[in-house]
Amino acid sequence: MAIVSMRKLSVCASRKNRKAILEALQKIGAMEIITEEQDGDSGLQKMDTQAARAQFEKTAESFDRALKLLSQYAPEEKKGLSALDGRETVTRSELDRVVRDKAQYLREASEILKAEKEIAECRSEILKDRTQIASLSPWLNLDIPLTAKGTKTTAVLTGTVPDPLSREELLEAAGRDLPDPSCMEGEIISSSSEMTCVSVLALRRDAEKVEENLRSVGFARPAVSVKGIPSAASAACVRDIAGQEEKIASLEKKIASFEGSRKEFRIAADYFRTRAEKYRMLGTLSQSEHVFFLEGWVPEDHADDVAKLLEERYGACVETEEIKETDVEPTLLRNNRFSQSVEGVLESYGLPTKGHVDPTVVMSFFYVFFFGMMLSDAGYGILMFLACGIVLAKYKKIEPGLRKMLQLFFWCGISTAFWGFMYGGFFGNAIDVVAQTFFGYTGGPILKPLWFEPLKNPMRLLMFCMLFGLIHLFAGLALKGLEYLKHGDVTGFVSDVLAWYFFIIGLVMILLPSDIFKSISGMEMTFPGWFGTVAKVLTLIGLVTILIMSGRANRNWGLRIALGAYDIYGVTSWLSDVLSYSRLLALGLATGVIANVINLMAGMVGKSPIGVVGFILVFLLGHALNIAINALGAYVHTNRLQFVEFFGKFYEGGGKPFAPFGTTNKYIEIKEDKVL
Amino acid sequence: MTLGMVLALTGAVLSTALAGIGSAWGVGIAGQAAAGVVSEDPDQFAKVLIMQLLPGTQGIYGLLVTFITLSQIGILGGNPITDTHTGLMYLLACLPIAIVGLVSAYHQGRTSVASIGIIAKKPDQFGKAMLFPAMVETYAILALLISILVITNIH
Repeated sequence: MAIVSMRKLSVCASRKNRKAILEALQKIGAMEIITEEQDGDSGLQKMDTQAARAQFEKTAESFDRALKLLSQYAPEEKKGLSALDGRETVTRSELDRVVRDKAQYLREASEILKAEKEIAECRSEILKDRTQIASLSPWLNLDIPLTAKGTKTTAVLTGTVPDPLSREELLEAAGRDLPDPSCMEGEIISSSSEMTCVSVLALRRDAEKVEENLRSVGFARPAVSVKGIPSAASAACVRDIAGQEEKIASLEKKIASFEGSRKEFRIAADYFRTRAEKYRMLGTLSQSEHVFFLEGWVPEDHADDVAKLLEERYGACVETEEIKETDVEPTLLRNNRFSQSVEGVLESYGLPTKGHVDPTVVMSFFYVFFFGMMLSDAGYGILMFLACGIVLAKYKKIEPGLRKMLQLFFWCGISTAFWGFMYGGFFGNAIDVVAQTFFGYTGGPILKPLWFEPLKNPMRLLMFCMLFGLIHLFAGLALKGLEYLKHGDVTGFVSDVLAWYFFIIGLVMILLPSDIFKSISGMEMTFPGWFGTVAKVLTLIGLVTILIMSGRANRNWGLRIALGAYDIYGVTSWLSDVLSYSRLLALGLATGVIANVINLMAGMVGKSPIGVVGFILVFLLGHALNIAINALGAYVHTNRLQFVEFFGKFYEGGGKPFAPFGTTNKYIEIKEDKVL
Repeated sequence: MTLGMVLALTGAVLSTALAGIGSAWGVGIAGQAAAGVVSEDPDQFAKVLIMQLLPGTQGIYGLLVTFITLSQIGILGGNPITDTHTGLMYLLACLPIAIVGLVSAYHQGRTSVASIGIIAKKPDQFGKAMLFPAMVETYAILALLISILVITNIH
């Protein structure tokens, strides 16, 4: 349970060491540099690094794009879970070599990008050709150019009419009111439901009249503008497509030929990204003519090392600043190996701020406990912790966030297996079903529950779920009390924490011997005679304390009591919070019963070779589905119990995560000494 | 088959059918929103998929109640019930998850859509976004609990 305490360092150093110091800080990645706006009249300036930074970012991006194209045209061979491999380890000398030859790699990358641009151009050419071919297709039977006007004495009218038309109808329509309608030739080139393509050859002197006639049936000149005979033009397009495709293939091959530089591209991309980050930082530093200043947060235990490094190697002047009220201290959590696995979950809600308690350790135990209760199947649990364990053991360089998640599910898997054995579920009742279907076993359950089977007595388990819930809520309240005590607020501790303990415990003690509880739970307990008296006294003490003390911030006694009464009404929220833990039972039952249904269906095929195959198929598919959906449910609802019920009692979050100035590598990890 | 059995079966069928309709509805609308996000930002696939699946649990709760009912009334072996009153009791016991499953899954789906919107804009707020649909599910869980408690205590 620990928030790492931070020290605020201020550094003042010679301006000529600016970049060197930033590089050193970037390498060790242990300082979060404060980038607040300086007062305008401090006489200090900031350097404009915008242009340089943009240039580096652009370069990094072009390497990224080149890499993406490479993986598109020359896919890398991937092993099953290569996504878990994490970043590639690169030695300092390799990095230096790439940096030395960076011009060459830049040229290669830009060649790749250029090839890609050409490919895009070829693609658009092909597209253009395809549209051309499509628009020419109705005209393919025409053996003169679409644009042909005719000869000295004849005129050609080529175009479309909207309605279907036969040749006779066409000639009749065209030759209406002509002195000699037979001096004309017409042809239907093609016809479809939308339009009919026609060509009419008439005497030049009749041309105007014929066109007018044709227009009355909706004649229009063709929309396509092609020189030459349509079929020839279409064939030219086809040839062009083939040519462009060949070009694309050769360009793709050209891109793929740079495959060998993939690693160097990655190194270069990260190198430029890191430089861009350095220049971003450089732009925020205040500087005078000869010196520059920076302020930053460093974890207490590294502070001396960082200060010594800067002082000895770069002659900087490092001082520890006093932390002011207005300073927002970044939060870095450090917990034991088990508890740190829930840090990711905590982070998704919000980190604690300085001066508040870190709930990670308490939360981690409840988290794993409740998750197990909800999934509660020994088979699923064993699968989960084996899968996570193997991945964790095999892939050492998984990025930290994912690693914590896997660790969390590793522990949750163990807890799930534990609860599975408690409830007697191993892939549901798989053992019994197999024994009964294939081996003719007729006895009772083989794998007996260590505790009891939930479906046989759900009421009893419900009582236990609420008990666990009450313990969880009390733990939350205890953390609130711890916070009060940490700040020395004993009044707050007594009136906001202790009073509630008294009140709730008293109420529960009143409820336990009552008839209602007996009839609901089916449990009968005998209590000594003083039990009721103690219960009433506890309740009363709690009640009165809350009534008087809850509104203690107010001087007006009337208002104070009213606020206290309102707070007592808050006991209803305790009731709903405790009831909310009934999901532990409901989700636990869901997993078990669905697993049983799957086993039942799998066993239906019967005792035969086909039956065995069918059993295995249904079993694998069904349980895979069940484990996925119920693990999701368990995850979501465990989070809910933590966030809503548990955190509702004491926790606020709102902390700013510690984000040290460091390298911003995407692909590589440089092998060298790191402080953190 | 007796009237009691028919009544009990009606309840069993309703719980899967109605809760299933609700889940299909909820998962459906959430899926449309999820597909929209993935078309813009494929990296969010896993997160929005989880969001889409959240309203799917009601269908499973319905199935659960159906199965428990079937095994209690003797459809899956055992002694079939004959009493009309008992059958009616099973029918009533199935109603909480059937009705609440239908309505809550739909509303959970709509909440999921809104939460998918959060992920589209702020992918790092997954933990908080997940909480809103989970709040709706509480009532389906309560209904499931009551259905199970009643059914297992009828005999």
